[in-house]
Amino acid sequence: MLSDTVRTVSGCSLDELNMEALCAGELTAEDFRISGETLRRQADAAEAAGYWQLAENLRRAAELTAISNQEVFDMYKALRPNRSTYDELITLADHLENDLDAPLTAAFVREAAEVYQERGILRNS
Amino acid sequence: MRSKRFEKLAERPINRETFIEPWPEVGLIAMDSPLDPSPSLRIEDGVVVEMDGVRREEFDLLDHFIAKHALNLDVARGVMKTPSREIARMLVDINVPRSTILELASGCTPAKLVDIAQQMSVLEMMMGLAKMRARRTPANQAHVTNRKEHPALLAADAAEAALRGFAEVETTVGVARYAPLNALSVLVGSQTGRGGVLTQCAVEEAVNLRLGFKGLTSYSETLSVYGTEDAFMDGDDTPWSKAFLGAAYASRGVKTRYTSGTGAAALMGHSEGKSMLYLEARCLLVTHGAGSQGTQNGSISCIALPESLPGGVRVVLAENLIAMMLGLEVASGNDALASHSEMRKSAKLMLQFIPGTDFITSGYGAIPRYDNMFSGGNFDVTELDDWYVLQRDMRVDGGLVPVREEEVLRVRERAARAIQAVFNAFGFPLISEAEIEAAITAYSSEDMPDRDRVADIEAAHKLLGGPLTAIEVIKALEEAGFHDVAANILEMQRQRVIGDYLQPSAIFGDDFQVLSALTDPNDYQGPGSGYRVEGKRWSVLQNLPQAWDPRTYLEGFGAAQGEIWLEGIGPARQGDQPEVVIALGPAFGAQIDHTIGGLDHRDVLSAMLQGIQDEGIPARVVRIHHTSDCAFIGYAGAQLSGSGVAIGIQSKARPSSTSAAWPRSTTWSSSRRRPTWTWTPTVRSGGTRPATRLGSRLLPCRARLTILCVCDSSCRPRCYTCAKRNRLSATAPLPNCVCA
Repeated sequence: MLSDTVRTVSGCSLDELNMEALCAGELTAEDFRISGETLRRQADAAEAAGYWQLAENLRRAAELTAISNQEVFDMYKALRPNRSTYDELITLADHLENDLDAPLTAAFVREAAEVYQERGILRNS
Repeated sequence: MRSKRFEKLAERPINRETFIEPWPEVGLIAMDSPLDPSPSLRIEDGVVVEMDGVRREEFDLLDHFIAKHALNLDVARGVMKTPSREIARMLVDINVPRSTILELASGCTPAKLVDIAQQMSVLEMMMGLAKMRARRTPANQAHVTNRKEHPALLAADAAEAALRGFAEVETTVGVARYAPLNALSVLVGSQTGRGGVLTQCAVEEAVNLRLGFKGLTSYSETLSVYGTEDAFMDGDDTPWSKAFLGAAYASRGVKTRYTSGTGAAALMGHSEGKSMLYLEARCLLVTHGAGSQGTQNGSISCIALPESLPGGVRVVLAENLIAMMLGLEVASGNDALASHSEMRKSAKLMLQFIPGTDFITSGYGAIPRYDNMFSGGNFDVTELDDWYVLQRDMRVDGGLVPVREEEVLRVRERAARAIQAVFNAFGFPLISEAEIEAAITAYSSEDMPDRDRVADIEAAHKLLGGPLTAIEVIKALEEAGFHDVAANILEMQRQRVIGDYLQPSAIFGDDFQVLSALTDPNDYQGPGSGYRVEGKRWSVLQNLPQAWDPRTYLEGFGAAQGEIWLEGIGPARQGDQPEVVIALGPAFGAQIDHTIGGLDHRDVLSAMLQGIQDEGIPARVVRIHHTSDCAFIGYAGAQLSGSGVAIGIQSKARPSSTSAAWPRSTTWSSSRRRPTWTWTPTVRSGGTRPATRLGSRLLPCRARLTILCVCDSSCRPRCYTCAKRNRLSATAPLPNCVCA
């Protein structure tokens, strides 16, 4: 990927991620977060090379870049077996779609809700 | 009654292994279980309604996930109708490129993939690996752990592993709460040894994710998947939760690899009577469907289970091949102890080592087995030279480069001091000079001073729960003067922002150049194509510190000329009494003064004379000038011997015992009779009635000769070097003479 066009989540260019700025205290870990845009470009590269499942994963990842570490971890826990009710998973999917601009992940969670219901691995089910 | 041979065999390491007969009902079968389904696929209106004999209404979690995410339905119809043998043949056919196989495999159900693998011999599967490996350049991964979880030792060992060429370094913990410190130590150490080494700390997902988010690790291969729904649930996950986790890692720029392997479901008691390979094929399709960059497979920690069954090693190779057919990066096992038998362990390794995989081991113990917290490991630091020699023998790249001791000591010290600086800056328990000194030269953690474990765990807690990240690590190193290490860790963070190493099979080559299935795709199509060990790489791999220049060996032979201890006293006469003649080669004790095994010629000759004397036989020494051939030397001596018996000895000290009455071709060659000799200062000659026999020409003589000297098959190279000197010395047409 052309590194001169890369921007981090916080909008930094690669040139700005240098030792001087770091030691001057101008950079934080947030400045070293990969951006959704970069992940989507990596997804395009993967798809062009024939790796379309990896591309889908990277596109879901792109959506998760805007979500906090804690919330990402909570979502993972919600998707583990017997953790959520059907309605909780649907609510999570709506939240992803409507509030977090994450339609692909939302669809993924909805799909899980349907299969979990069919296989009986929802909480209190 | 017991056979002594069977008793000996029973003691062999191979018989410490367990071998069982297949029991398909509980999944104890490598492949081809009677309960395995036949390949099938029905698609209606773009939806899979039946797969491998299971109707959609009966799909379990894995079936649903595979049908939805793993199969390319556009090609599936055609592929499922193509005979498996035809696809198997394409895997071996050098004229069929990797891309064609990837396309075909994208439409295969689990049973179809298994059916293809079943058509293939081990050799054919190895051909498949050579072609289907995603990355052109093979690589290797290291385990770096220790029992004391000592940070200076972890850093030093990680630095050494990086220097030795490992592309990834994986650590783990004995005590879970050490994880952040171990991740930190291995990060700092690896980037001291060589910038661009990927690192991870294998712990439970919650901590693992947080370590990745902090930039303390750069990859994760802890995402376990299982071949049945019940096993998956036992692992407290579903294909969807795992896939979400995979996306979560990628969203923070962390490389991910799933892990699975034959035998896992059977071990957990959830095999449903299916074969190990069929269940692994399901795992791999889940991994593929989730969009993982790759997989760690090859039975991994379950290796003893398939190996207990017929075809077990073949099935492990088959699972590697199936993963590659799906376009996954493969870290191909060889990490957990595969056998107590060195022969079996090495033979199994060759299946991945020779064709090459993305990571030939998914964890080579770059530490002693004692310190390997991944259950001891399969290979350890004491076997590194064996690995180097195998690479050199076969001109195969096993991912490692030979190193010099002084260079290892240098990076170990620097890594130990770098982690010391970070601990200082963070206010963590100090690493003392004594600890640094011990870490530089340590063999294992037994050589390390004990630390205050409670204080270390407190520091670990602070690192995980507080605001410290890789950014503060970089700053601490930079300010303490470790500019190169700081720059390497900074570059790792910058690479995380670029994300090129999120593509399949990605590692960093020199100068942080990403080598992946996209930038370095495998293009093997037979001889002259694909990855070749050549040029600079071949020079590096063959340059063992132990290898010496044979030209320098010859230089040492001038020394003998300074001191004359063996002098000619005149032309040799024909003997007429019982005696044993010792016939010396032209350069013996002259231009050459040592045997190829390193013995002084004086000692050799004295011992032989003493041995013959002890038997009560006169001995006489003659020098043969016209030949350096051992047999001819002995024969010439025998011609001179009053008893017709002589011992010929070449200047490199290969003896032969000869009788004048034998055809020259039947000369005893001691090296044939005793290919491996050990030195003892005594030489015995004689037999049942040596004196009387020696006095007569009624031969063949039954005289027995035992010459024991330091010489084994490894002396051969020196032997050939000497041959040149022998030839030079044998050119003078002098008469044979007696020496005093």
